[in-house]
Amino acid sequence: MIDINLTKTLQGPDGKMMLAVEAHINQGDLVVIYGPSGAGKTSILRMLAGLLQPESGKIAVNNVCWFDSEKNIHLKPQQRKVGFVWQDYALFPNMTVKENLQYALPRSQPAHILTELIDIIELNRLQDRMPQSLSGGQQQRVALARALVRSPEVLLLDEPLSALDEGMRVKMQDFLLKVHHQYGLTTILVTHDMAEIFKLAKKIFLLHNGKIFKQGAPHEVFTHQDISGKYRITGTVLKIDANDVVYVVSVLIGSQIIKVIATAEERKGLKTGDKVLIISKAFNPIIMKINN
Amino acid sequence: MIDWSPILLTFKLALITTVMLVIIGIPLAYGLAFSKFKIKPVIETLVSMPLVLPPTVLGFYLLIAFSPNSGLGRWLSEWFGFELVFSFEGLVVASVIYSLPFMVHPIQSGLANVPQSLKEASQLLGKSDITTLVRVLLPNIKPALLTGVVLSFAHTIGEFGVVLMIGGNIPHETRVASIAIYDEVEALNYDSANTYSLILFAVTFIILLAVFLVNNGRLNKKWL
Repeated sequence: MIDINLTKTLQGPDGKMMLAVEAHINQGDLVVIYGPSGAGKTSILRMLAGLLQPESGKIAVNNVCWFDSEKNIHLKPQQRKVGFVWQDYALFPNMTVKENLQYALPRSQPAHILTELIDIIELNRLQDRMPQSLSGGQQQRVALARALVRSPEVLLLDEPLSALDEGMRVKMQDFLLKVHHQYGLTTILVTHDMAEIFKLAKKIFLLHNGKIFKQGAPHEVFTHQDISGKYRITGTVLKIDANDVVYVVSVLIGSQIIKVIATAEERKGLKTGDKVLIISKAFNPIIMKINN
Repeated sequence: MIDWSPILLTFKLALITTVMLVIIGIPLAYGLAFSKFKIKPVIETLVSMPLVLPPTVLGFYLLIAFSPNSGLGRWLSEWFGFELVFSFEGLVVASVIYSLPFMVHPIQSGLANVPQSLKEASQLLGKSDITTLVRVLLPNIKPALLTGVVLSFAHTIGEFGVVLMIGGNIPHETRVASIAIYDEVEALNYDSANTYSLILFAVTFIILLAVFLVNNGRLNKKWL
């Protein structure tokens, strides 16, 4: 169980921004913090880990106070039982996979957890390799295992999968779920990926400009505005061609160009470079599974 | 046959100076790289001063400070029995100060360039700052350490002004190679001056070449 109530002035992309969050996270839940870049997501994780000092507020984990500005309590990162996984893995380049895990092992703790973790991340054959020689997904599995060696009370994941390609990301999501089920750790994940949120999160906190403006189960939070029977896609007009009675408008969406038929009425006021909204009904699109 | 003692004395001085600089330089570089205390710019300036100050200025002040007539000199001599003027010990102290930036700067920038997440990862694994430094930070800045060690060593070999001011020209005690060369030229013994010079030239060239080769990754990295 985590109770946080924090404030901190951050230097955001648009000048100073006040981060003020209050949240309650149940024991064993996997929650997601979601929001635009610069909303303060990473700062929340860093304050929980003790790497960034809040200006005021409290952090209590399983009824132990980690930070309290009034009582002047600020536990060092070493004293907090936190597992942290970075986007850039942060594996020690001077140690092999196994040594990275061994380094994390406190002297008082038996070593069998190392073999257990290496089994779980399925890197038995690679345990004597240097981290640089592994793929991104493999490195992130090592980083995840290393974060678990000390049996932390909280697992913090800062966009751990965003540097991986699509296929690897899906695999890693399965790993995260497996690890989560095995150890039942209270986990906070920062991510931009909608699929990840729906697959992993029990609860989601929507962060905007340093405030939590919505929270709940993913389908509750996103259902009302973003998910409906209509598809709304934004794009940019590249070209408008006249074609007898109708117009063909080429629109750039992401990195794809699609053609949309427009009537003379709709074409009015459209010019190249305009931002447009394309709406389609739910019974129109064809859905197909992509085989990797 | 030339007198080898100036050459040997030079390398003895460089070796002891470098060892002491490693001991002093790493904590100092760590402090400068990671802490944010207010007088940090002042300390950084003091560390860098020997880069621009004429060696004679440094030597002159050290001579004044260490002389038995000064408070510091008397205190050192009464409490520790150190006579730092015109002695080998004095040369070591002066060389450490004179070569300090050559040890501190590479290590400081090396430490500052290690990704912050590595240091934080080690802290979150419950490791103290000293363990983090020894097992994570230093092993990942080996090229910077090597640069610091070699530059300090080579720079100490090349000292002249400071040594002359504080050490003088006492055979087997403070008469290092650079002083011996000057002395031989003064006495018009160009042959032995040339021999000493050639040895210094060759040794420093080889040392610096080795650093560049290692840091460019052209030598096998495994021995590092």
